[in-house]
Order: sequence, then C-alpha cells, then structure tokens
Amino acid sequence: MSLEKFISEAISPWMKETGPDDDIVMSTRIRLARNVEEFPFPFKSSEDASKALYKHVHERLPQPSDERIGKLTWIPIDGLSEIEKTVLVEKHLTSPQLAEESTQAAVVLNNDESVSMMVNEEDHLRIQCLFSGFQLGPGYKVASDLDDWIESYVDYAFDEKKGYLTSCPTNVGTGLRASVMMHLPALTTTKQLNRILPAISQLGLVVRGIYGEGSEARGDLFQISNQMTLGKSEEDIIEELRGVVLQLIERERMTRKNLQEHNQLQLVDQVHRSYGILANSRIIESKEAGRHLSNLRLGIDLDLIQGIQGNILNELMILIQPAFLQQFAKQQLSPEERDERRATLIRERLKLENLNDGGDRP
Amino acid sequence: MRCQECDHRKATLHFTKIVNGKKNEMHLCEMCAKEKGDDLPGSNSYSIHDLLSGLLNLDPSIGTNVGYSQRANQEEALRCQKCGLYYKDFVKNSRFGCSHCYKAFSAKLDPILKRVHGGNHTHTGKIPERAGGRLKVQREVAKLKAEMQEHIHNEEFERAAEVRDRIRNLEDAQGKEGDE
Ligand SMILES: [Zn+2]
Ligand SMILES: [Zn+2]
Repeated sequence: MSLEKFISEAISPWMKETGPDDDIVMSTRIRLARNVEEFPFPFKSSEDASKALYKHVHERLPQPSDERIGKLTWIPIDGLSEIEKTVLVEKHLTSPQLAEESTQAAVVLNNDESVSMMVNEEDHLRIQCLFSGFQLGPGYKVASDLDDWIESYVDYAFDEKKGYLTSCPTNVGTGLRASVMMHLPALTTTKQLNRILPAISQLGLVVRGIYGEGSEARGDLFQISNQMTLGKSEEDIIEELRGVVLQLIERERMTRKNLQEHNQLQLVDQVHRSYGILANSRIIESKEAGRHLSNLRLGIDLDLIQGIQGNILNELMILIQPAFLQQFAKQQLSPEERDERRATLIRERLKLENLNDGGDRP
Repeated sequence: MRCQECDHRKATLHFTKIVNGKKNEMHLCEMCAKEKGDDLPGSNSYSIHDLLSGLLNLDPSIGTNVGYSQRANQEEALRCQKCGLYYKDFVKNSRFGCSHCYKAFSAKLDPILKRVHGGNHTHTGKIPERAGGRLKVQREVAKLKAEMQEHIHNEEFERAAEVRDRIRNLEDAQGKEGDE
C-alpha cells in the first residue's frame, strides 16, 4: 500500500478540516452516555438481551435528516478482523473494550467519522462527536441535537433526580464528557504548565498528557476534560471548560510571542534542528519523535517553516504508534524495528509535503 | 521498570493524571495500557475505576466497628429486584446492572454520588423531550391533585370535580402517548 493511501485510510476525514484556534486546539470531543429503558446495562446483560438491545435500536433508528450528520453506517464489531478493530481503536472511534470484550457490539459511523456511536459498550449508547479545533459550544449543539433525534425513537433511562442513568456512577446526570486536545509547547518548555495544571484540576477538570511520559506529555499534547457529570447543567460544564481553555490559549500565545521576541535565534534553531532530525533520521524512538514533531508544529504555527501543513503533528502522532506501524508493515515488529519504521514513515511523510507544496527543505 | 499492572512486561507507557489536585502516576506495558483504554479521545475510564472502588469503600456504613455484622448482613442482602445485582457487587465493580439499581440502592447512593461529583447528587441538566414530557405531565398532575384535595377540604365540590376532569384529561393524553 502506498503511504498516501495508508494515511488517507488511517486519518479520519474530519481531522483534515481546519477549525477555530487550531494553532493550539487540535480537536474537540463531545461524548454522551445514554441507556435504553427496560434493558439491563451491558455489564449485567445476557447475550440474548444484548442482541435484543442491538436489534431494538437498529430497527428504530432511520437515517438522520440532519445534514451536519449525514448517512450513518452500522458496523458490527464481530464481523471485523483484528486489524480493522485496531484501526478503529487507534482512530478513537471505538474503545479497546468494545473491540475486545463486548458482545453484540457495533459502532455507528457517519461519512467523515466525526460522529460515532458505540452500541453495547459500557453503556447501551455512547454518542461521540469530534471536531477540528476549538468548538465546544457548536460541538455540544450538534451532539445534543443528535441525542434528541435518537430519543425520539428510543426510550432513554432517565430519572428526574439523577438524570441520565449510566452504568458507572461517574457518568450519571448529564452523561457528558467534553474534552479538548491542546498543543502547549511554549507553556511546557517554560515550565509554566507545572504551575497551571494543579490549579485547573482544582476546578474539577482532568488534565492528561497524551501518550504520556512521566509528568510530560508526548508531543506536548494535553487533553482537558470535565470530571463531574452530576449537579451542573451541560451549558455550565461546557462554559467552565471553555473558560479554562480560553485562558490556556491566551497564555500559550503570549508565551510563544515572548519566546519569539526574546529568544528568536534559539527558537528558530530549535525548530529547524527538529525538522532536520525528522527529515533525516534512520532510527527514532516515539518519545524523541514526539518532541521534534511538537517543535516542527510550533515552527509551522509561528511561520518559521513554510510549506508544511500544520496537521502533520496530530497525523503523525497517530501514525507512529506501534499498532499503525505494524499495520503498515503488515507484521509484528520488535521495538528496534519499530524505531526504524517510524523514522522511515516520518521521512516519507515529509517528502510528500515537499512534493505537494514545493516547500523549503531543511 | 516493570508494568505495574501485570508486573511482567516492561513498562513502556507512563501516564500522569491529576484528579482534584492529586497527581497520579501509572507505568504500564502497551498491552495493559490498551486494556485500560486510556487512549484519547476514546474512553475515559482508566484509574477512574480504581479511584471509584476506593471511594465506594469509604462508605461509612462499611467497616465501622459498631453494629458492623448487622450492617454487613443487611448489605449482603441488598439487591436490585430487576436485574439481580447485589449491592456488594456494585461496590466491587462500581457498575450498576440496570436503571432500576438506582432505585434499589437509592438509600446508599447520595453519599457516593456526592464524593464522585464534587458534593452534587441531583441532576440539573438536560431533560429529554419525551421522557421529560411525561415528567412535566406527572408534575402537573401532582399539583392538580393537591389543588383538588384543597377544594374538597373547603367543600368546594363543583370546583373539585372540574379539577378532577382536568387530571383525567392529562392522564388520558399521556396514556395515548405511551401506547405509541
Ligand atoms: Zn502490563
Ligand atoms: Zn438493577
């Protein structure tokens, strides 16, 4: 398979869109946990009951008329190969649990994979909407409208006092988990983040490094999401998260500007060194790759490097994960072999950029 | 470093998670990390489960000295009639078995929910259109019934009859909706 084809299958179409503040916010995700009344939760469900739930929802839901969502395709998990399952997991369209453990499970996808719904995972339905950039408000609206549409066909398990009833008590109430993935290289280098993160967690938000490495996050990518789902309205949950993310965006931008003003030469040097390493190395570990991809992305955002698309960071952070490397190689790989393949994949990917745009070479 | 989950394979993934100001580090092999499903933006649940069973076990009625055995016995027996889940298994797995479990365990639930949700135990968010419609009717019916009692109490029987008819209309309409 050619690299271009591999990438086009590995990266969801929605990821290629641009979005608000996408120099710092890579993506926004809204997840709603819902269950159907009268059916036991998947955790306590017999195979027959799970099958009945699957059939119940599948038969009742027609195709949506909402053009933001488009056509939905039901994909039964049982019918997938191991590789196909891994791809869905790596693309964050299904959870590992759904892929490996669930019975009578399905994932329902729209065309650009921005909407996905897991059926028979921890809850009967896990509705997920993904958006490029920073789109909490509009994102919640799309998810909530989809939720209303589904509720017009199936009876949700809902209690006046406890809200939407979920399998795990951490999700009850709104069933809403809103998260934002942020690239924060300047706040990370200047060590400001160490001071900010504990304050954020005091506000009931969870911050997590992605593909983490000790207290650092690989690729300087962080996910921030709400922890509590009960006792606050959806609007308040979204608004609180939005407020914190806005502050982080502002601080990151300010710090980037400071770095540019006071450490211009070091910054340019660092960005181009990283570009050089990514474009030329023959062996690279994922930690090192993450660091240089983060620098490269920073260089692109600050216009220190031209001719490379910004989404190369999110794209390559996914592609250099072991599962994807092995899938591309079509075989199991030892860690040493993976480091070699990783370097090759990054080099080839950068070459594609240069071919497409005739951008400057390191 | 060995994976802290299986204590067998090499830990290649290291997570830091900060929950309510407390830093939590995890060192996992790829396999166990995958099982925990802490990828992003996929599920959201690794260590939440550990955190939670810790919280559930903080239930003051468990493990205290006074009347322990009696309480423990009651706990043994507490069970959801609909799905058959025992309360003790809910504590162990931190998973409900069905929507009725919330009613079956309601006496014990609020302290747990408060711990998990920053002191909150009551939903103030979205109400679904249809289930919410029924809720609104239920609220209206409850209000009218109180009104009817008041009229009866005041011996205003004609007005009580009017209110009774309104209640019947609402309940009839709701019955039809439910048949669809
Ligand atoms: Zn392990
Ligand atoms: Zn139950």
